[in-house]
Amino acid sequence: MGATMPLFQMQGVAKSYGGVRALEEAHLRVEAGRIHAVLGENGAGKSTLIKIMSGVVQADAGDMMLDGARVVFPSPKSANAAGIACIFQELSLIPDLSVADNIAIANPPRRFGLIDRRAQRRFAEAALARAGAEDIHPLAQVKDLPLSRRQMVEIAKALARKPRILILDEATSALTAGDVAKVFTVLKRLRDEGLALLYISHRMQEIDELADDCSVYRNGRHVASYQAGTKSRNDVVEMMIGREYSHVFPPKPALPKTGAPALEVAGLNWTHRLNDISFAARPGEIVGLGGLDGQGQRELLLALFGVLRGVTGDVVVNGVRRHARGPRSAKAAATAMALIPEDRKTEGLMLPMSVRDNLTLPALDSLARFGVIDRAREQDAVERMVKLLAIKAANLDIPVGALSGGNQQKVVIAKWLMVAPRIILLNDPTRGIDVGTKQEIYQLLRKLADEGATILFYSTDYDELIGCCDRVLVMYDGAVTRELVGAEITEHALVSSAFSIDSGSIDQTGERQVG
Amino acid sequence: MTMPAFLARIDKPVLAAFGCIILLLLVGSLYSSSFLSPEYLLQQLQVASFLGLIATGMMLVVLLGQIDLSVPWVVTVGGMMSTAAAGWGPLGEALAIPFGITCGMVMGLISGFGVAYLRVPSMIFTLGMNAVAQGLMVLRTGGFAPQDHSTETMHFLATGRSILNIPNALFVWIAVGAATIFLLGRTTFGRTVYAIGNKERAAYLSGLPTQRVIMLAFMASGGLSAFAGVLLAGYSTKAYQSMGDPYLLPAVAAVVLGGTNILGGRGSYIGTIAGVILITLLQSILSVMQIDEAGRQLIYGAVIIGMLLVYGRQKKAS
Amino acid sequence: MGDFRYWLAENKGTLLAVAVFIIMFAIYTGNHSAGFSGMVVTTAANKGVLLALVAMAQTLVVLTAGIDLSVGMVFVLANCLASQLVVGDALETTFGVVVVLLAGVACGALNGLIVIYGRLQPIVTTLATGAMFYGIALWLRPIPGGDVNSDLADALTEQLPGGIPTSLVVLLGIVLVVWVPLRRSEIGRAIYAIGSSEPAAYMSGVNIDRARLTAYIVSGLLSACGGLMLTFITYSGEASATIGGSYTLNSIAAVVIGGVSLFGGAGSAIGAIFGAFVLRTIGDLLFVFDFDPLWQPLFQGVILLLAVTLGSLRLLNVKNRLDLFG
Repeated sequence: MGATMPLFQMQGVAKSYGGVRALEEAHLRVEAGRIHAVLGENGAGKSTLIKIMSGVVQADAGDMMLDGARVVFPSPKSANAAGIACIFQELSLIPDLSVADNIAIANPPRRFGLIDRRAQRRFAEAALARAGAEDIHPLAQVKDLPLSRRQMVEIAKALARKPRILILDEATSALTAGDVAKVFTVLKRLRDEGLALLYISHRMQEIDELADDCSVYRNGRHVASYQAGTKSRNDVVEMMIGREYSHVFPPKPALPKTGAPALEVAGLNWTHRLNDISFAARPGEIVGLGGLDGQGQRELLLALFGVLRGVTGDVVVNGVRRHARGPRSAKAAATAMALIPEDRKTEGLMLPMSVRDNLTLPALDSLARFGVIDRAREQDAVERMVKLLAIKAANLDIPVGALSGGNQQKVVIAKWLMVAPRIILLNDPTRGIDVGTKQEIYQLLRKLADEGATILFYSTDYDELIGCCDRVLVMYDGAVTRELVGAEITEHALVSSAFSIDSGSIDQTGERQVG
Repeated sequence: MTMPAFLARIDKPVLAAFGCIILLLLVGSLYSSSFLSPEYLLQQLQVASFLGLIATGMMLVVLLGQIDLSVPWVVTVGGMMSTAAAGWGPLGEALAIPFGITCGMVMGLISGFGVAYLRVPSMIFTLGMNAVAQGLMVLRTGGFAPQDHSTETMHFLATGRSILNIPNALFVWIAVGAATIFLLGRTTFGRTVYAIGNKERAAYLSGLPTQRVIMLAFMASGGLSAFAGVLLAGYSTKAYQSMGDPYLLPAVAAVVLGGTNILGGRGSYIGTIAGVILITLLQSILSVMQIDEAGRQLIYGAVIIGMLLVYGRQKKAS
Repeated sequence: MGDFRYWLAENKGTLLAVAVFIIMFAIYTGNHSAGFSGMVVTTAANKGVLLALVAMAQTLVVLTAGIDLSVGMVFVLANCLASQLVVGDALETTFGVVVVLLAGVACGALNGLIVIYGRLQPIVTTLATGAMFYGIALWLRPIPGGDVNSDLADALTEQLPGGIPTSLVVLLGIVLVVWVPLRRSEIGRAIYAIGSSEPAAYMSGVNIDRARLTAYIVSGLLSACGGLMLTFITYSGEASATIGGSYTLNSIAAVVIGGVSLFGGAGSAIGAIFGAFVLRTIGDLLFVFDFDPLWQPLFQGVILLLAVTLGSLRLLNVKNRLDLFG
């Protein structure tokens, strides 16, 4: 860290949401011409830190200093005006407007008081070129672009404002490998030109490649700042989780499972997002889905659950061919499938409804007679689940929105356990959850597997895949490119398979070309 | 982010609505001492019962996050078809009421199908159904006022008083209301309605029969609107064109003033009861005060806005 | 031509409405006993322009992901006010016109302010304000009557040399002066933005309140224009709840037929104009084909239902059922 005046500083910043402390005594020091990586688990406060910096939320306490002078950003507009641009995960693009309209949304070029469309288009083309995204047509409507293109537009939009500080909040999660490389080149060039970059990511290898400085946060507090490369991977992880992480995962059964598969998939296809997927999973197995984000893992789970239309191929459950026509038939006793969805707030729970009401939803039919809910049976089932999962709630009638993220996720899992599923699909279940609850979930999954359930588990966290899964199917571009079994599941193997880089082991499909 | 006061909020609008009812009664009594008399109040409750039936159906649909704009002509369908059946011999006369209700249920079923399966926004589909219902009725009556009369039973239900001088219509509303409270609070159907209104996506992913429930709710709304039409025809002994027009806006207003969130997912039937009584009293006070129609409309609208500003505001987006 | 492809994709709703209208109108004039004569076209145009203006007003609010149930009542209010004020010599008439337009602006502003600062939902707000506007209209014109400057009225509702209905020219003028500049301005784009995704608009620094208020104000202005034109056609003012209600509901249908999304953020007032013309032509078509007048309302209703259903049917092509939910 230089002795010069930092471009931007945060000191003693605190922010609470309701009763939850998101940030406390948080510090940050950003220098011009350097890429600063922000590390921490989900819930460490990184997102809140960024939101305060970009004016989306206001801090409860603490100071922000830009060029040594105290600043406050009451809105995103004011932060932008001060030269701070934040690249979100597509949250700030307006779907029905064109790429050019989005890039120039604030302060477009004008002629006679109206928007000068030609000048705006040139401006957009220049911004796209600077971001390495020349292939995107400026008149295309954002809603028609795939996620990776949208992210590039978001990057172009941020760069177009010629910011002094650029913040990237997991901005590369949806990008293809080629895009990532391009973006990195752009970022390094900007850094050399004097831009200060704040980079949040979970991907250690990205941070290794990009960062000059690193800061670690944990539980809303600043833990340490250091120059990149001066700490070992172990040290960094330990700083992030606050303890040795080897105890986090329950032990895996040593013997590979044998017997008839509970779930067999053959030649599964869906639009261009799922390509000829085949695999089998046996009772008692925890099968992981790995690979970079957006390679079809979510779609595979949705396809199995019956949410996607136009899925071709065979899905065989317990020896019988099934075509789940939707969640209702998937959860029925014949298939007994459950899906813990991606976003608990919009897909897993009804936040204003009570904990009790949320818990009983999938099992409603079994708790009722001729449509009338049996209150005694309901109470029984609910109490059992709360105990089994150790759900912490003041009482069962408070809205589920009042619970912590971890407890909310427990409610989502509990409600599905009530229908006694035999195949459990999980879509990134521990995202945004504290470490303690994560551990509980890992223990629960292993217990369920030991009791005979088949678990298919998508996670963006390599450690989870390594720690929990008996097997991992690595996906790339909608197909399974590699299957790792037992001891083969290492971070190295996962990463290299994710980028479709042949690391010397036999590739499962045999023929797949390197991307 | 969280709404720990959710339960308190359910009570607040209902309390506010009942408070306003009391306020209106007091204001009315200043104009005329007979305002607080049991006879007058019972009469108000009788009039309120018609609106109450319609508002019940509307509430079910609003709880889903939808709306039913077909009320005006489905009410008329109920009135006209039941009086028509009355003229079709003894069997027709006996079945007049169920026939009228069934016609309404069929219209509601079609609306429900359009919303649940064709995913057409309910605002526009029920608008279309309203036009179709109007078309059907114009066709049937030849554009004239229908000559059919209501049955004795219809008249009895709408205007008679059997027990303790309480209007029969009120008993009908009470019965429907009790059934609705039970339905919403104790059945899987009711639970699913709230779930859909809160987050249809999550309800779908939980394996709930969302499409079926939406269709049934619209069917109920159609049936209840038609039932109200049947009773209205019983009240005036005949059906007439545009008999349902004055009920659409008050029904929506009653549901909303009773604390049901127009976006769905939240609301209790007690609130709707309060809203219906409130609207009825408001309308009657305005006529008692002999304010002309212009002033009445103005005050009507202003009062609704005023009350909503007090307790109907949406949370500020964070 | 890459550019044309994108323009096409963006405006397909509008273009469809235009196409449907042209076909229907061709059938209509082709089969009308008087053919494509000035009178036929002018009468049709006058009726169409009224609904078109109210549909434009509705479009503005729908673009912000709202709905305005009071447009018909502002229309009626403007009509009644005009029948009082738009009389006398040129100066008085001009003054009358200005006052009527300002009244529309005030009504729109009231709606906007309540929605923005009262944080009430548009549907309930406009439900209530609609009643209020109707009350004022009724106070102005308890019984139908009044008058209007007949020179101005005739000038705007008859024909130009060549047979072009003047009302269409007026409509075109309003589109050029009000809609086109708004569409191309920053605030017009902001209106689309808040309807498309309000959180994204906020993150992008768009002034949400200002855009919303503008939408409601312009909406009120356009409804008032419609009311003025009504006065010019009927030479009187009438506070009719039936007319107001009918225009409100038809404006919603016109907007949907015209390709404007009820969810906000997509569509154009031009589409709504043609949607309005399509609606008006349906009735005329039935007349021309000698349909039993008794069947007309039913036919109109069924066609309306089919039209709006077809518009929403693209949703049935979704591959991921989760996209069906908002």
